[in-house]
Amino acid sequence: MRPFDYTRPDGPADAVALVADDPGAAYLAGGTNLVDHMKLGVASPTRLVDVRGLLGNRVEELPGGGLRIGASVPNSDLAAHPAVRRRYPVLSAALLAGASGQLRNAATTGGNLFQRTRCPYFQDTTTPCNKREPGTGCSALEGHGRDNAVLGASDHCVATHPSDMAVALAALGAEARVLGPGGERVVPIPGLHRLPGSEPERDTVLGHGDLITAVDLPHLPVAARSAYRKVRDRASYAFALVSVAAALDVVDGTVADVRIAFGGLAHVPWRAHRAEEALIGGPATEEAFREAARAELADARTGRDNAFKVPMAVNTLASTLRGLTAEEAR
Amino acid sequence: MTTTPSTPSVGRPLTRLEGEAKVTGLAPYAYEYALTDPLYLGPVLSTVARGRVSAVDTARAEELPGVRAVLTPANAERLADTEDREFAVLQSDEVSFRGQFVAAVVADTPETAREAAGLVDVAYETLAHDVTLTADHPRLYRPEEVNTGVEADTEQGDPDAALARAAVVVDRTYRTPMEHNNPMEPHTTVALWDEGGGRLTLYDSTQGAHPVRHTVAGVFGLDPERVRVVAPYVGGGFGSKGSAHAHNVLAAMAARAVPGRPVKFALTRQQMFSLVGYRTPTIQRLRLGADRDGRLDAVVHDVVEQTSKIKEFAEQSGVCTRMMYAAPHRRTTHRLAPLDAPIPFWMRAPGEAPGMYALESAMDELAHECGVDPVELRLRNEPPVDPSTGEPWSDRALVRCLREGAERFGWHGRDPAPGARREGDWLVGTGVASAMYPHMVNPGSVAEIRYGEDRRYHVGIGAADIGTGALTALTQIAADALGRPLSEVVVSIGDTDLPEASVAGGSSGTTSWGAALVAAARVFRAEHGEAPAPGASARGTAPEDTATPGYSQYSFGAHFVEARVHADTGEIRVPRMLGLFSVGRVVNPRTARSQFLGGMVMGLSMALYEQSVVDPAFGHVVNHDLAQYHVAVHADVSGLEADWLEGEDPHAGPLGSRGVGEIGIVGTAAAVANACHHATGVRVRNLPLTPDLFLR
Repeated sequence: MRPFDYTRPDGPADAVALVADDPGAAYLAGGTNLVDHMKLGVASPTRLVDVRGLLGNRVEELPGGGLRIGASVPNSDLAAHPAVRRRYPVLSAALLAGASGQLRNAATTGGNLFQRTRCPYFQDTTTPCNKREPGTGCSALEGHGRDNAVLGASDHCVATHPSDMAVALAALGAEARVLGPGGERVVPIPGLHRLPGSEPERDTVLGHGDLITAVDLPHLPVAARSAYRKVRDRASYAFALVSVAAALDVVDGTVADVRIAFGGLAHVPWRAHRAEEALIGGPATEEAFREAARAELADARTGRDNAFKVPMAVNTLASTLRGLTAEEAR
Repeated sequence: MTTTPSTPSVGRPLTRLEGEAKVTGLAPYAYEYALTDPLYLGPVLSTVARGRVSAVDTARAEELPGVRAVLTPANAERLADTEDREFAVLQSDEVSFRGQFVAAVVADTPETAREAAGLVDVAYETLAHDVTLTADHPRLYRPEEVNTGVEADTEQGDPDAALARAAVVVDRTYRTPMEHNNPMEPHTTVALWDEGGGRLTLYDSTQGAHPVRHTVAGVFGLDPERVRVVAPYVGGGFGSKGSAHAHNVLAAMAARAVPGRPVKFALTRQQMFSLVGYRTPTIQRLRLGADRDGRLDAVVHDVVEQTSKIKEFAEQSGVCTRMMYAAPHRRTTHRLAPLDAPIPFWMRAPGEAPGMYALESAMDELAHECGVDPVELRLRNEPPVDPSTGEPWSDRALVRCLREGAERFGWHGRDPAPGARREGDWLVGTGVASAMYPHMVNPGSVAEIRYGEDRRYHVGIGAADIGTGALTALTQIAADALGRPLSEVVVSIGDTDLPEASVAGGSSGTTSWGAALVAAARVFRAEHGEAPAPGASARGTAPEDTATPGYSQYSFGAHFVEARVHADTGEIRVPRMLGLFSVGRVVNPRTARSQFLGGMVMGLSMALYEQSVVDPAFGHVVNHDLAQYHVAVHADVSGLEADWLEGEDPHAGPLGSRGVGEIGIVGTAAAVANACHHATGVRVRNLPLTPDLFLR
């Protein structure tokens, strides 16, 4: 571990100014991922700017029927919030599927979005990794590839995004409110995270110093019937092999509205626009669910160890939509 | 006479005597000893799997404030005896596996030590390495013997001819992965040389204080009396702490550079994946030849495993097949591939755990082939005497475990057809497997009893309690042997200042140390009577032959498992496990049950989760932490039940007890795999059983 300075500024604007002006600075929120990286040598910030006490820790109603989630709201509080549970159950379920109780108490809404990949080579400073050290090569391409991405990967990086919460937010079409050196702006999710391309070191579209202050959930009636399904090797405390966030509205056997995102498949929480388009207006049948999933995964590229993710994703989406359809029928 | 007859303590379900001290943080683990002015060790591990250290640049590390010493192969002291190359720490520039010690820093704080270790610049001449075990590895060889000292190969009758004529043949290959012990307390040593440099004290996390003393004394060329090892509380070991490892030597070398100051060294979780042993991956070919009723005529168990090139460890995976079932024709073989890999070592039930997975899976396949119920198949192959020696069994209770277990589990009426039961989205199946573990006793442990001014019997033995409850069990045994109530007996363990004791290994501890306590109590009562004067003392030694010769002595058991496999995702859940065991007399039902349950959970973990993934390009374990090396968590374990047959083994020594520490993991993985096959019709022959393998 390297020595570093620790600063607790007076407000978000001060924090942004501090980080923007210091290339060695990093924001600290819950610390559940960054502190690990500092111990492992994956990250060596020279200054930590603690923003946890500066940002909102409440969930508020928005005028149009949505919710604004302060960036410091702990994952456990967000999962338990009555409005979230009632109007966006997929988000609550996704949060509860992640990490452990202790970690969810510490982790924040804003911080969760900045989780970095758990690719074992990224986390091990003795192996090459383009995301950690650009230009050194990707060890996962030929190495242990069970967790590798099957959608949107590049020759430079095959890492997957680890967050469950972000998958739900992608399905819901949430928006991140970002405070940067140039002022405030809104970045949609999906759209916040980026595919690796030739710059895998960049997880998001944000620049150094940009700070997420809140996440807005839109008014979205279809989300009231939504679910998160996470498939993993053990029942708890493991990252997704494949996960599905889905919301479904079926009217007279026809899909009136649907939102779908996948986790575990890509460098980003993967909004499944293609599957949604295939389903809208069509029959809510097992066959249609599978057809839509296959359409979404048509461009999947698999390696030696991760080919299972394609059938697993198809089955998991079909299973999730089947469950939501049955729920609707009750 | 002032004594009153005491009710027996053995057999009572006492809670751990040290439990309160542990949960209130008052019981010091090795790293926690409050020693004056400690320094901290930061190791540098090799990042190549084979080659030579060509240069070590320590300049940047030495410039860091707070760094006291940097050890390298060039400046490290020459050790007295490094015939065992595990302990040849920093003795040459040779790199034999990735993750080997190549340098170390001693510093004022753990943070500085870690940072400085990262600043030591090591250059390598890299040589091509080989870290991949294959069934036909070109360098396979037959070891002289396998772990526990038995022969590598055995043959009875003509198994090839018997297989050729058998009505039913099962010929299958099963694979188990590399697995690592992950005790909660990492391997830790705090080393302190006295000012003169003649005496070494190690506060250690070990399963055997005396064994560590002997090893370290030998490596440094010291009289064993000059090495003290202190380890009263140990946070788990599972076999990996059953011997000294290189970190003990490195810590002692580092402390020698700063005499009079203790050097603390706890391995990180990641470092534990290359330095303290692991279970070898296994490739096991099982051939069973039987008649149509499932009666075995031939059993062949061929095992291929790996070892390190610098030190052999031969896991005895095929040995269980020598005695488990009746068959006139039989062969077992072990072959090792020497790899540029870390040194394998004990992991809970070495040999039996992977071996019985393969044998009991093959037995299930034979039952399926023959259309015979898997419990009945095992009953049909019950041997009247030990097939490997011809000796009578002391207490073979497999049949009772299977029958009574089946009754309690609700086995009867089971539809044998695989893939035939579905509840909602879940496919449901049940599986059975036998368990066994040899009765092992280590001779020569010594106990001392002293009657104190406090009117209590102070019993000392250098035994180890690695979280098992051994201290409590030994106190119960000592109380009964002295004929006194528990409140009058205080047992001290885990220190070489106490009389010599054998390792906590092979499920032998309670039996082996208990025999010494019984011997010491006999001497004490003979010499001092029932009303001793304060200061009265006596010593006793466990006999060479605690167990009666001429009998084949094993514990047995049966596992029954219900598994559910999700029809869409392949996820596996195990809502119900029953283990019924026969282990002779149970000294403490509470702590014994805990051992059975712990073994069964570890067996479940072996079945479904545990796998150390080696990257062939780099030669290291990729998933070297507990986020990635999955073990069973709370949510994975439910409906777990362990019980045992009441009784005692008349030939097992003065206590009539056999060990309880390991049998719980033996056969468990097979029962889970057999249940998954029954649920789905999919037979997976490689562990672990992960969801992707059951996708359809």
